[in-house]
Amino acid sequence: MDRSTDIELRLLIEAIYLKYSYDFRDYSGASVKRRVAHALRQFDCKTISALQERVLHDPTAFMQLLQFLTIPVSEMFRDPSHFLAIRQEVVPLLKTYPSIKIWIAGCSTGEEVYSMAILLREEGLLERTIIYATDINPNSLDKAKQGIFSLENVRAYTHNYQQAGGKQSFADYYTAAYDYAIFDKTLRENVTFADHSLATDSVFSETQLISCRNVLIYFNKKLQDRAFGLFHESLCHRGFLVLGSKETLDFSAYSKQFEPLVKQERIYRKS
Amino acid sequence: MNETAVSLARVPGVQAIVVGASAGGVEALLSIFGALAPGFSLPIIAVLHLPDERRSQLAEVFDRRVAMTVVEARDKEQIQPGTLYFAGPGYHLSVEHDRSLSLSQEERVHHSRPAIDYLFESAADAYGPNLLAILLTGANQDGARGLTHVKQRGGITVVQDPSDARVDVMPKAALALHTPDHILTLSRIGDLLASLESSPC
Repeated sequence: MDRSTDIELRLLIEAIYLKYSYDFRDYSGASVKRRVAHALRQFDCKTISALQERVLHDPTAFMQLLQFLTIPVSEMFRDPSHFLAIRQEVVPLLKTYPSIKIWIAGCSTGEEVYSMAILLREEGLLERTIIYATDINPNSLDKAKQGIFSLENVRAYTHNYQQAGGKQSFADYYTAAYDYAIFDKTLRENVTFADHSLATDSVFSETQLISCRNVLIYFNKKLQDRAFGLFHESLCHRGFLVLGSKETLDFSAYSKQFEPLVKQERIYRKS
Repeated sequence: MNETAVSLARVPGVQAIVVGASAGGVEALLSIFGALAPGFSLPIIAVLHLPDERRSQLAEVFDRRVAMTVVEARDKEQIQPGTLYFAGPGYHLSVEHDRSLSLSQEERVHHSRPAIDYLFESAADAYGPNLLAILLTGANQDGARGLTHVKQRGGITVVQDPSDARVDVMPKAALALHTPDHILTLSRIGDLLASLESSPC
């Protein structure tokens, strides 16, 4: 029975790739398996094969499944010390560029984007920065574009923001309405939200800084290396790569092509 | 099933050990791992429920008290013999088919991240019958499903004797769902691990 499940899972992932060009074939297997099992219960399908039949013949069902396959777990100024280190160690160097391009890869529902935009505004850099915020999940990108977050979460973000060296009152950046916080739309004036897959797409711009946090953990080593390859190609000479607090270049084929600037905070520079 | 029946003959071909513990777990793990002889060559991967702090001192604490190499598990790290891996706070830990480790920030399982179920189920898929899974003291239900999955995949399962556990909720929850190969006290679990080590494999 378990062996059949493994076969069905492979077939489902292959079918999704062939039909919809979403490539989960090199994602970490244990996590994909759990998420598909979770989806099975929600779809009320008895087997993965039954789920496969549904998503192959119904694009709407596929979009629903995609919400299970991607993991929109994020928060603003997540790991405050990381953002503090960007402010202290990276911003002074970014200030030397006349114009800045930043790529937030796997931006999910936008928490990292608004965090970065707020930080850049406070450092006087937002106006000369273009931010590319990319993700594979169109629903997440839509949410990111709206910039509306639950007020309950924003309370936790406020604490993060203060710990991250925030210079204002966090409430300056949003308007509260009912249970939601609507973020200042001028924060995203220079943000381009776009559909982009680290598994199948290529580099679209030269950048000075790439932030890709808690995305690579869902990839296997081969796909991680593909992503690091894209980042290496996109970054300018001595450009910055910042990762999630448990992500590392150590086991990658690209470990020698980057050097740590603040290793503890996962801030690297192209060497 | 009973304590006296533990012997080498019943635990052939173990290639990795996974351990789960919650409340009372630090002392339980120290008692088991602290007794291991230098040169213990199997990898051990452990989930101990912790408050969600960003950095954990577990690896440091155990490194001073255990003869093995002790580290916090890192994403995409290849599992090495003779090493004790702890899941860090805030992330689930899984074993992949190529026997490397992966982290995930998926939703909590039984209010826990890392979750014991997450580790046990993935390790069962990766190691099949060559896995030994041990569930210890704790105050919630985590690990019961994972242990069942280990059994389904042909692995060996051990539950701490509830009367020996500091908090017996977790062992009891596991026993309610699944009949393990062994129900043992901490000291007998230590004996079992020592016997694995001397087994030629």
